[in-house]
Amino acid sequence: MQISNRLLDRILPTVTMPARYTGGEWNSVVKDWDDVQVKLVLAYPDVYQVGMSNLGLMILYDIVNRQPGFLAERVYAPWVDMDAAMRREGIPLYSLESRHPLGEFDVLGFTLPYELNFSNVLNMLNLAGLPVLAVERGEDWPLVIGGGVGTVNAEPLADFFDAFVIGDGEEVILEILNACARAKESGARKSELLRALAGIPGVYVPSLYQVAYHDDGTVAAITPTTPEASPRIVRRIVPQLPPPPVDLVVPYVKVIHDRGMVEIARGCTAGCRFCQAGMVYRPLRERSLSEVLTAVEAIVQRTGYEEIALVSLNSASHPQIEEMVRELIARYSHPPLAISLPSLRIDTFSVRLAELFQGRRKTGLTFAPEAGSQRLRDVINKRVTEEDLLATAEAAFAGGWQRIKLYFMIGLPTETLDDVGAIVELVREVRAMSRRYHGRRAQVNVSVATFIPKPHTPFQWSPLVGEDDLSARLALLRRGIKGRGVRLSWHAPRTSLLEAALARGDRRLGRVIHRAWQDGARFDAWPEHFDWEVWQRAFAAEGLDVDWYARRERSFAEVLPWDHIENGVSKSFLWDEYQRALHGETTPDCRLGCVGCGLAETLGCEGAG
Amino acid sequence: MTQMNRQRLRITFAKGETLKYISHLDLARAWERALRRAGVPLAYSQGFNPRPKMAFAAALPVGYTATAEMVDILLEKPLVPLELAHRLAVALPPGLQVVSIKEVDLGLPALQSQVRAAEYRVSVAWTGDRADLEARIAALLAAPTLPRERVRKGRRRAYDLRPLVEDLKLEDGDAAGYRLWMRLHHGAGGTARPEDVLDTLGLVDVPFSVERTGLRV
Repeated sequence: MQISNRLLDRILPTVTMPARYTGGEWNSVVKDWDDVQVKLVLAYPDVYQVGMSNLGLMILYDIVNRQPGFLAERVYAPWVDMDAAMRREGIPLYSLESRHPLGEFDVLGFTLPYELNFSNVLNMLNLAGLPVLAVERGEDWPLVIGGGVGTVNAEPLADFFDAFVIGDGEEVILEILNACARAKESGARKSELLRALAGIPGVYVPSLYQVAYHDDGTVAAITPTTPEASPRIVRRIVPQLPPPPVDLVVPYVKVIHDRGMVEIARGCTAGCRFCQAGMVYRPLRERSLSEVLTAVEAIVQRTGYEEIALVSLNSASHPQIEEMVRELIARYSHPPLAISLPSLRIDTFSVRLAELFQGRRKTGLTFAPEAGSQRLRDVINKRVTEEDLLATAEAAFAGGWQRIKLYFMIGLPTETLDDVGAIVELVREVRAMSRRYHGRRAQVNVSVATFIPKPHTPFQWSPLVGEDDLSARLALLRRGIKGRGVRLSWHAPRTSLLEAALARGDRRLGRVIHRAWQDGARFDAWPEHFDWEVWQRAFAAEGLDVDWYARRERSFAEVLPWDHIENGVSKSFLWDEYQRALHGETTPDCRLGCVGCGLAETLGCEGAG
Repeated sequence: MTQMNRQRLRITFAKGETLKYISHLDLARAWERALRRAGVPLAYSQGFNPRPKMAFAAALPVGYTATAEMVDILLEKPLVPLELAHRLAVALPPGLQVVSIKEVDLGLPALQSQVRAAEYRVSVAWTGDRADLEARIAALLAAPTLPRERVRKGRRRAYDLRPLVEDLKLEDGDAAGYRLWMRLHHGAGGTARPEDVLDTLGLVDVPFSVERTGLRV
C-alpha cells in the first residue's frame, strides 16, 4: 500500500521543509515495484539534509539500482514535527521513491555513521510499525541490516539488527541481496537466511554469537553458536575502488553539502592515533587523475551541480591533486564550477592549492592542528610543528584570506592544563598575525571538540577525560580566547560522555538505548533535543554505569567487546602505538615506508613491504 | 563574452503536484541545475560568487501548483526558443514543464516589477449549499471595503482586501466541494492571497488546494 498524495496533503502543509518528504528528486530511481526480486530501502538515521550529504548511501543506491532484479529506495529520519504528524494520522514511515511503508521492503539497510544517531534507528523502526527488537520481528521481513563506520563496534545495537556489514559495502551488498533472493525463492526461514548471511565474508550476524562476562563486568569471551558464524569477522574491502557514482540524486531542499562529490581516495596513511577513519578505512586506494576527470565530467552533465567536492580523508595528499584542481578549473570556467576540498593539510602547499580552487572567493580556510603543544601533537601522532602552522596561517593571510578556522581537541590522552594553555598561545599568535595582514577585518574561529576514544584505534584503551578536568580546560580556553577577532565554539560535554560510552559499549547497552528511546530520546546529536537526564535514568534503571564504559582505563589483557571484529590492523600494532603515544614517540606516514600495522597480513596492502 | 549577443528569454512553465512542496528558493536552484544540464549558455553575474542571471515573475507559495509561472533568463549567446524547449524537455525534473518560450527585449524592466495580478483556481472541500456560497461571493463583491489585518514580520498591519479582489467566480461544484476562480491584485498597491478570500467567505478550516493559473503582466 503506497502512501497517497491525499494522505500526505493532510500533514505536509503543517511541517517544516515538507519537500524533504516527497522525493521525486532528479536522478532518483523509481523502479516497477512488482518487477524486482528483492527490494531494499536504504535508511539514514538523521534528517534528510544530513543524510543526503552522505556519499556511502549514494554509492549503494547506485550499485543496487543498476541490477535488474533489485531496487533500492531511500528514507531519512523525519524531523520531530513530521514524526508527530505521521503518528497522529497513522502514517507509517515510508520510502521517498515509491512511498511504500518500510515494512513492505525485503531489506532495510541502515547507514550507521555516528553513535548519537542510535536512538533514531529505533525510532525509525517504530515509526515504520516494526518491532525494534530483532527477536520480536521473528520470521517477518524486512531483514534489518546495518553498515557504515558504526559497525566496527555495533555491539550496543546487536539486539535491534539482524546483520551488520563490516567494511566496504560495494560488493557485499549484492551478495546479501542475492542470498535474500534465494531465501525468498525457496521460502527459507529467517533463521536459515541468517546462517547463510553469516557465511558471507564481512557479514556479522550478532544473534549467532554469545557473549560471556566476567564478574567485574568485562567481556570474558564472544563465541559463535553455530558453525556458519566465524569466530572473527574480517572487514571487507574492495581492493580497487569501482568507478564512482555519477547519477547522484540532486536534492531540491538545501542540504548540508549541496554539491556533487567524487571520492578521490579511500583510506589514509597519516596514522593519526585519535582518528578512527584513518584506521578503519585502510588500505589507501586512490583514483587516478583521468578517472576523477571522467567522473566530474559525467556528474556535471548529469546533475547540473555548480560545485564539486573532491573528497577523501586527506585530499591534499593525493599525488595528482594539483594537476586535478588545475585541470578542473581550466575545463569548467563557463559556466563556473566551484571546486572544494574538504580536508586540507597544514602546509603552504595546501594554501597554494586553495588559492587555485577558491580563486577570488576566499570564503575561509580550516586547519586542524588538533593539539596546542608539540608534546601533545607528538602523542597523537599529528606530525605538524608550530612553525608549519604559523607558516601556513601566514600564507593564508598573505594570500588574501581574512578568516581562518582552527580545529582542536581537548581531553586527549596525557593532556595537562599546560597543553591547553598552548592552544591559547597558538591562537594568540595566529590572531596577532591575522591582524597584521587584515586589521580589524581579520577573524580566527577556534572550534574545540572533546576527544572521544574510539574502537580500533590506538586510544581504544584510553579513558574519556573526566568532567572536572574538562570543565577546567574549557574554562581556561574561554578565559584565553576572547575578544575582537577570535571566536571560540565547543560541544556540550554530556553528549561526549554518551558518545564515548556507546562507542566502546558492549551488548548490554542495547537495553539502555531501548529504554532511553522509550523515554523519548531521539536526535541526540542535536543540542536542542539531547536530554542527558533521559540517558542517565536509562543507565541507572539497567544498573549500568556510564563512567565505567567511558572513563575506565582498559588493559591490554581485557577482551574488548569488538575483538571479534577483525579490522585488519592488528591489536598489537594499536597497543604498540598507544605505548609510543604515552612516551611521546611519533610514527611516520606509512606512505614513506610500511610501519607494520598488520594490514598486509590480513587484508593486503600494496604499500607494504 | 560580448554584451551584444546576449538574449533574454521568457519561459512560461507549469509546476505540478509532485513539486508543490518545493519552496521558491529550491525551485530557483532546480531551474539553474536543469538549465546547466541542458547545456544552456546562461549568463552569470561577475564577482566572487557568480549567480546565473535569471529572474522569476513571482514567488509561488509552498503548497500551490501552477500552470503558467514565468522566469526570464539571460543567455550569453542566442538560442532558438524551440531548441531550448527541446533541451529542457529532457533536463527538467518531473513536475516542471515548459508551456512556452519567447524572446523578450533586453531593455524591459525586471519581470517581477511588471506583474499586476495573479489568477487562481481554488478547490475547497466544502459541501454546503451552492446558493449560500453564491450569496457569500456576491456579498464580498458588493462590499465597499473589507478591512482586514495581516501580521508581517511580527507587526500587525491593517489593509483593505476589497480593492485587491479584482474578480471572483464560482466555477463549478460536485460532491467533493466547489471550485472558485479569482483574480487578485499583485505587486505594487498590494498583494492578496487566495487564503484571504477564503477566510472572508467564511471557508475557514476547510481543506483546499490552490492552482495559480496565470500572472498578468
